[in-house]
Amino acid sequence: MTGDGAFAISQSDKRPMYLQIMEHMKQRVAVGDWAEGQAIPSIRQMAVDLQVSVITVKRAYLELEREGVIVTQQGKGSRVASTPGLGGRLREQELEQHLEQATRIAAMLGMRPKELEHRLREAGDRIAGEPVAEKGTI
Amino acid sequence: MSELAIRMSEVSKKYPYFTLDNIHLDVPQGQIMGLIGPNGAGKSTTIRILMGLVHPDRGEVRVLGQRMPQNQVAAKWDIGFASEDMRLYDSMTVGWHMHFIQSIYSNWDAAYAGLLLKRFGLPAMQKVKGLSHGQRVKAALLLILARRPKLLVLDEPTTGLDPVARHEILRELTGVMADEGRTILFSSHHTQDVEQISDQITFIDRGRIIDSMDKEQYLDRWRRLRLEVPNGIELPSLPGVIEVKRSGRLAVAIANAFVADLPNAYETSGARVHAVESMTLEEIFVANVEHSREEVEA
Repeated sequence: MTGDGAFAISQSDKRPMYLQIMEHMKQRVAVGDWAEGQAIPSIRQMAVDLQVSVITVKRAYLELEREGVIVTQQGKGSRVASTPGLGGRLREQELEQHLEQATRIAAMLGMRPKELEHRLREAGDRIAGEPVAEKGTI
Repeated sequence: MSELAIRMSEVSKKYPYFTLDNIHLDVPQGQIMGLIGPNGAGKSTTIRILMGLVHPDRGEVRVLGQRMPQNQVAAKWDIGFASEDMRLYDSMTVGWHMHFIQSIYSNWDAAYAGLLLKRFGLPAMQKVKGLSHGQRVKAALLLILARRPKLLVLDEPTTGLDPVARHEILRELTGVMADEGRTILFSSHHTQDVEQISDQITFIDRGRIIDSMDKEQYLDRWRRLRLEVPNGIELPSLPGVIEVKRSGRLAVAIANAFVADLPNAYETSGARVHAVESMTLEEIFVANVEHSREEVEA
């Protein structure tokens, strides 16, 4: 049992565990650790590796299957979907989610799209001037 | 359907100041069941009954297909049981205990025992009286894990342990699940541990089971809604919402039977939904105990 040292359930992350596991698995695909069509660990093995309950991992696999990221065949296990460009699509999906979230908050503050655009540019300028250590914190 | 490792039906036990009332508990084989509840809720009594240590007044108990307490001798070969009041011999070493258990149980796995000794950082040659609390707990767990029992019954296995020791134990427990023929039932105050490793959750309060079900399904039913309520608007009481706290224009609603329509229902009433948040088991635990007590008192 090698475990998956790169995965850590975060208690400060407000999302449910199955979502964190989904995110982790999508990242494996996005960064190219898991190639399109590649076999991935069984649900039970993944549960042991991640040290979380089988039922939580099962849910993550089911949702990922619904999203077309993995394919599970009865008795044959699961593999990454053989969709060309899947990794790139997943990386873009992450950006879209953050943009949607920002748009929602902006709407709540009564901000017009033009104004949001301007704020996005400002944020870009700020990040360009930041030390590396700060990058990637949301 | 999978077989049941544990089945308790209509089990009751009356004490002068405490009653365990009509307990129904099914634990499917190959899963981890987490038993949670406040102090004195009846977790340990339930465990003692299913181990055959306490005879219930009423009801039926089957563990690994054996009737308890009648067939407890046969059942116990395949059960590993650990609780706080289980003592090791103070003047003997951890190694002596390992030999002792090995001489009784033919399915003792010496290689696994050696591995656990290393992983738990236990000194084999040290007498038990010189061990810390955490080391004693880990030693007791080693002695039952190395038998590879079909069923592990653990009463508060992580209580009083530091975070590193707790983590070590959770890792071994989830490791057991690599074999789908094995089952674990454990009780804990550590809702975080239960949330992380349980497939099923059972809530006990005041001698009664409040909820018992699939963990994912259970967590999914609970949500916290953050609302903004304009002056002059009354929040309607909606089905599935067990608690609403309002202060000024802000309100927080807790739902234990969340449906996708619920936020819309609040919006229709004139409130604004700022956020729909999932809840941790700890938050659910507190809300659930408070709610069920209010219901009993009402």
